[in-house]
Formats: sequence, C-alpha cells, structure tokens
Amino acid sequence: MASIVHDRDNTIETPGRRAPLVTGGHDLHGVTEVVCRVAESRSAPGAWYLTMGVSAALLAALGAMIGYLFFEGVGVWGLNNPVGWGFDITNFVFWVGIGHAGTLISAILYLFRQKWRTGINRFAEAMTIFAVMCAGLFPGIHIGRVWLAFYLFPLPNQMAMWPNFRSPLLWDVFAVGTYFTVSLLFWYMGLIPDLATLRDRAKTKLSAFLYGLFSMGWTGSARHWHRYERAYLILAALSTPLVLSVHSVVSFDFATSVLPGWHTTIFPPYFVAGAIFSGFAMVVMLAIPCRALFGLKDLITLRHLDNMNKVILATGLMVGYAYTTEFFVAWYSGSAWELFAFKARAMGPWWWSYWIMFSCNVFVPQIFWFRWARTSIPVMLVVSVLVNVGMWFERFVIIVTSLSTDFLPSAWDTYWPTWVEAWTMAGSFGLFFFMFGLFCKFLPMVAISEVKAVLPHDAHAGGAGGHGH
Amino acid sequence: MSASTVTQKSTAGPATAPHTLVAEFASADALVRACEQVRNAGYTRWDAHSPYPVHGIDRAIGIRATRLPVLIFLCGATGTTIGVLLQWWTNAVNAGVQFPWVPTFLQGYNFIISGKPYWSFPANIPVIFELTILLSAFGAFFGMLALNGLPQHYNPLLRLDRFRRVTDDRFFISIGLDDPKYGSATRRLLEGAGAAAVEIADDVKESAPPRWFLRAHVMLACFLLIPLAVIAYMRVDKQSQPRIHIVQDMDNQERYTAGKQMANDVFADGRSARPKIAGTLAREDFTQDPHYYQGRVGDQWATGIPMYHPELQRLAGGAAEVNEQLMRRGRDRYAIFCSHCHGLDGAGAGRVATYVVQREIGFVPPKSYADPDVLVRPVGHLFNTITNGIRTMAPHGDQIPVADRWAIVAYVKALQRAQAATIEDVPTEQRSRMTQPK
Repeated sequence: MASIVHDRDNTIETPGRRAPLVTGGHDLHGVTEVVCRVAESRSAPGAWYLTMGVSAALLAALGAMIGYLFFEGVGVWGLNNPVGWGFDITNFVFWVGIGHAGTLISAILYLFRQKWRTGINRFAEAMTIFAVMCAGLFPGIHIGRVWLAFYLFPLPNQMAMWPNFRSPLLWDVFAVGTYFTVSLLFWYMGLIPDLATLRDRAKTKLSAFLYGLFSMGWTGSARHWHRYERAYLILAALSTPLVLSVHSVVSFDFATSVLPGWHTTIFPPYFVAGAIFSGFAMVVMLAIPCRALFGLKDLITLRHLDNMNKVILATGLMVGYAYTTEFFVAWYSGSAWELFAFKARAMGPWWWSYWIMFSCNVFVPQIFWFRWARTSIPVMLVVSVLVNVGMWFERFVIIVTSLSTDFLPSAWDTYWPTWVEAWTMAGSFGLFFFMFGLFCKFLPMVAISEVKAVLPHDAHAGGAGGHGH
Repeated sequence: MSASTVTQKSTAGPATAPHTLVAEFASADALVRACEQVRNAGYTRWDAHSPYPVHGIDRAIGIRATRLPVLIFLCGATGTTIGVLLQWWTNAVNAGVQFPWVPTFLQGYNFIISGKPYWSFPANIPVIFELTILLSAFGAFFGMLALNGLPQHYNPLLRLDRFRRVTDDRFFISIGLDDPKYGSATRRLLEGAGAAAVEIADDVKESAPPRWFLRAHVMLACFLLIPLAVIAYMRVDKQSQPRIHIVQDMDNQERYTAGKQMANDVFADGRSARPKIAGTLAREDFTQDPHYYQGRVGDQWATGIPMYHPELQRLAGGAAEVNEQLMRRGRDRYAIFCSHCHGLDGAGAGRVATYVVQREIGFVPPKSYADPDVLVRPVGHLFNTITNGIRTMAPHGDQIPVADRWAIVAYVKALQRAQAATIEDVPTEQRSRMTQPK
C-alpha cells in the first residue's frame, strides 16, 4: 500500500502511516538476493579493490612500524617526561570510542524497539569489532617490554605477582576485553542464520564448507529461534550497561588522576556521549560508500542515514555542553591550576588542536538541524569525516595539553609525534579498513533474517514492522 | 507417499533410509495455521522452520519458555563471585602467604597502594561488573547453542534441495518418521493444512565415520601431546647449559673489555684499559706495608717516619730523611686540613673549635699538642689519628694522601717540640735575636 513517493523517499513523514523500513518493494527472496549477491559475486567493485590495496599497504606499514618499535623500544616514539602518553593512547581512546556505535545500535536500539536498526546493525557491529581490535593494539604495544604483556592479566606465576586491581588501567583490560568478547559473540550470533543462508545458496565446495562450518548447522527451527531470540534479548540487555561502562572506565584512566584537566567527574558521561558521537559518524562514513557500491540502497535507506544524523546532532550537542561545562567548572572551582589548564587548552601552544576539536564537534553538526542537510549525501559525508577528525583531536587535546603543562613549570615539556607514530596511526586505519573490506565482501553486510522479520509481509511477521499496514 | 515407497535420491552415495517428512509452506501465516493443526493432531517429534522468527509460532507449536535466562543468571552470579574472590585473594589478604600449603603461583598478598585500604570495594566494582557481564554473555551464547544442540553439522534435512530455501523465503514443517503418530495420514494432514509440497528427507544408514578419519585424529592427538611432553621433561630435567635467553632485557650488553685491549674513542690515549688513578690503594698494600699505610710495626705504633717509602722521598725532594722540604709540605697541608680546629700553633684554639665550643653543642675540643698525653704519643699513633679520627675529630684518610699525612705528622712533631721548647733548643747563633726586646 506504500505510495510511490514513499518508495522513492522514505524520509517524508506522513501522518497516520509509517514510513517503510525497506524501499524498492522487496519480498523475502528479494532481501536475500540483495545481500547475498555481494558475497556470491566473483568480482567486486573497483573501489573495493582500491580500498583493499591501499589498506593492505597501510597494514603492512603497521606491521613494519610495530616490528621496528619492538626491536628498538618506545624511544622511537616522541614521548617524553612529562608527556608519557601521545598518539598511542589518543588512538586507543579514539578507536574504542568508534566502537561504541555498533553496540549502541545493536543493543540499546534493540531494547528501545527501533526497528530501523536492522538495516545497519550488522555492519555497525562489525565496525565495532574491528575498531576495538585497533584500540586494543595500542595499549598492547605501548608498554615497552611487550614480551611481558601477560603481566596485564591475573595469571598465576612463579613470582606470585598479581596486577593491582585498584588501578583504572587494569579496569581497562577487563572492560575492553569484555567489550570485545561480548561484541564478537553478539555479532557472531546474529551472523549464524545469515551464514546459513549463504551456506544454502553456496555454489562452490569451499564456500559451502566454510559457511556451513560457521553456521553451525542452523535450520531455522522454531525451537532454535525461540532460544535464539531470548539469548539475543538478554545479550542486548547485558551489552547496554556494558557499552556505557566501557568508555566510563576508559575515562577513569584520566579522571582518577590528579592532573588538572583530567581530574573531573564529568568525564564518564562526557566520554560516553563522545564515543557514540564519533561511532555514529563512522557508521555514516562507512554506510555511504557501502550502500552505493554494493547496491544496498533499498536496505540502508536515506531514512537510516537521516536517523543517524539526528543521533550525531544530539550527541554533538551533549559533547558541546560538556566542553562548556568543563570551562565553567574550571572557573567556578577556584582552582588556579584547573583554570590555567583550560586556558592553556584554548589559548596555549595547542590552541589550534582545541579549536579543530571544538569546530568539528560542536559547530559543524549544527547543520543537521536542517532536513536537507540530513538527507544530502555529500553534506553528511563531509560532516561525518569532520566529526571523526574532531573527536580524534578531542582525545589528543585532553591527553597532550594536560600532560605537557602540569603543576610545575619546570617540569613542562612539549610533544611532537615521530614518523613512526604517524605511520602506526595510519596503519591502524589500514587494519580497520582491511578487515572491514573483507567483511563487506565475504559476509552478509545486512542482517538478512532481521530485515525479513520487519518486512511488511503479513500479520504474523515477527515485529512491529508489519504493524500500521 | 509412505515411507516404504521412498525412492533413493542418489544411487552413487552411501545407503540411505527415510528419516523425516518435510512439508513446504509459502507464507508464515500458512505455517502457523498448519502448526496448530499438527499440534492438535497430537504429534510430538516435529518442528517448524522459517527464515526469520515467526510471530506467534511458539504458541502454535506449544514451545515452553526456555530455561536459558536461569542459566545466564547462574553464569552471571559465577562471574560476580569470581570477581570478588579473585581481587580479594590476590590483593587484599595475606592468607596466600600465611598458609604454606598454598603453592607459590597461587599466593596472594596485601597490596600496599598509596596507603589505601587493602579492600576498598568501590575500586573493585569495575572488574566485578565486567566479569559478571562477560560470564553472562558466555552463558547466553554458549547456553543457547548447547540447548539448541548446535553445532550440528550433519542434519538429514540439509540433504534436501527443497529445504535449502528455509533460509531464504520458504517455511517448513518437519515430522520425524519415528513420531508415534506418524502414518499414512500425516501427509494428508499436511497437504490439507496448505503445504505447497511434501517430501521425505533421507538419512545415511551407516553413520560411523570412516576408519582413516579416526586414525588421523588419533595421530593428530599424539602429535599434539609432543610439545606438552617436552615441556614436562624440561621442567624436571637438569641442564648444564644456561637457559636460552630469548629476551635480553639489557642483561647482556656490548661493552669495552679491558682484557681484550679494545680501542676506545672516549679517552685521549685510545685505550679502553685505564691506568691506575694516582693514589689508588690496593688491598694488599695495607697488609704488606703496615708501617707506611697504618703507622704500625707489629703490635706497636711506629716510632719513626717511613722515609724508606718512595712517595715520601719524593715529597722530601729525593732525600731519605725528614728535611725542610718535607716540613714545608707538612706545614702547607696542616694549614689546609688541620689549622681551623687545632690552630696554627697546635694549641687547639682554631677558629672552628673556638666557635663550636662557645655554642656548647657536644663537641670535644681538640687537645693541645703540648698536652702530656699527646706529647708521648709515637708518630704512628698520630698518623692513625689523622687517618681514622678520634672522638669528634672526623677521619681524614679519604681526604689526605698517605705521604701527605706523614708530612703533617712530621710537622706536628715539630709543633710539639716548639711548644715545649727551651732556649737550649735554639741554635746558638740565633739566640741573640730571640732575646732582643721587640
């Protein structure tokens, strides 16, 4: 019953009826075809090969940089005393933040019954996993004697040596480790029915074997679906507090110290809002080329992007509010060091990084107040890139400005990354895009069974997608 | 079509037997209606299959609520317990140290961190929380798989080409041929319920894996045991060689070795083996020449200055006896190291001594060299006093070279002599000058 106008542009709000979640009038088989076509095609778009080539080269650079770092030691980085954290921890916090959108979409929006999440949750979850992999890399390689990295974990050993459980750095190990594991389980569990779809359509022996192996013999049994849905709901309920805890714990790394600019109670909510902000920007940034290249525009519709841009606008406002509050509290606290730290951020030697952060994160997303901007592909592409730039600089500003100018002027020093750090950072993007490229080509990019459940096919469809028709 | 009339699908493959009756439906609605009929007919060994979870099918089939939530709760509670006990045992009690039967690698102990309490619960909450979530998630994922009997990589249903559309756009009911109610009426029931097609899935009769498969797994298991066996052997075996030093940790570094006579650019002479620094004493010197180095001869203080020593002779300008040059050296050193307390005349009234005594701060003032106790002391005793100190006088052995100490001793003897001198001690030709009034 969908009107022609609706089928073409589902961002239009018509009172009395719901906008369709899937455009193009696809039925069940149509959805299967659209998604599986990508994995089954023997070739890929030229842009995919280009992306894989560039990211593979960057990945190789990452391997080389890490090898050089391990061989020579952390002296090849520009860190010093007092700036003991630089690009490494900036990148760690950046990537962990990126990862937050995936779990937010898959868990929190699921609990809020936001049916539109089905179009984007799969690749947002994949993005989460690859981002957390990139994030986990940096604390792992920055510890100096990497062969002792197992000291991070409470492993029984002959030295009877245990980690300090009152340190936020250890909480990080548990928070990020749990986050990665749970995200992976969540993602993989969602993949099982779709891998079964690919298994049942497989043309070659190898793909039949591999998809069959990982789909675990799924037959869509109603009894299986019953437990599966219950497990999915509970995983969503578990992931929701988890996703809020992870960036809170990351912010504790800073907030529990006494350094001016770090020692603030606003950090946990502010970090979580920023993480969702940057994560959604990354989802938009990845969704735009993916839906165009792989023909997914009917499943990842303009309305999905419109919704995500609204989330970006909302979280961007939260982040802007946090920036302002930080300044207010620095003044209101009457602490000379605190006020100095914030003045130094905005007007000190790193002023330009502060204003890149502020402009990209607070001013730029304001354009999303306008519907034309939220539904314009070029505008949202530019905004999402700028938001990611701004959020990277947020972490850089927090870490470097606070460390470089602490209490004693005699202890101040500046920081500048070396070429090794720059290439390591570029290499982490290579890792991310390489993994994401593999995912796009070989795994179902959209949750097939979940989209089918919200298709308006008949009254017994598994969700609210059928309601209102 | 009853079970007896089923045709073998593949003639080349292994022998098969009919296993499950499969009915295909075109829509979720048809599936749910058919499920209600199958259930009402009293079937028990059957299931429905769909590409997505169909709303209302649980009630139609009669699926009871899963016990999965209970399992997940138990897993979560285990995570909480592990989180509490792990942190308490490793960081907050000394029990692990106190009980000798606890193996070393499991011993925990009180962690002293900035004087904070050993067991401060707020700081332990994040890890407890994360472990609770982690184990709950394991419970949800692995519990779901286990209760569903997955992974199950062989399923007779998957042998049917028709059934492949279950993950695409078709809906199925499967009824096991071993269902007590199964009979010729089953097919009619399903067709009457709106099935688009009904077919029987075959199962392989001989289900045992081939022998080579088992043999390969036994061999693989044996190979996997080899590393464990090597590790176990290495833990009990005694080695004559040091362990393999994979990570150096700066344990072995490049260095200049004197014995190898390596060139070294750091020093002007290019030698890495450095000559002895002037004044360096070998330990043997103390035992081989106690007179010169300690002022002792046998058990007694030496009574003579060891002018036989080349270093003292050097101070004396080559002479083998105390002469004016040695005395001048002694007076020079005395002025630098001794006069501030003992005074220039040795009477014990130097600036420092006078100042400290005035302020009564527990300082034993130096005795005059003319004191009867000091007068009788042999030179070896005086040398020892300079070297090791006495009462509040600090040792000067590390400040004044040995030969200079002897020169000072010689000068002190002269001062003593001057303090207790009579006119008879003045040479005759000088006496006239001394008696002249000033």
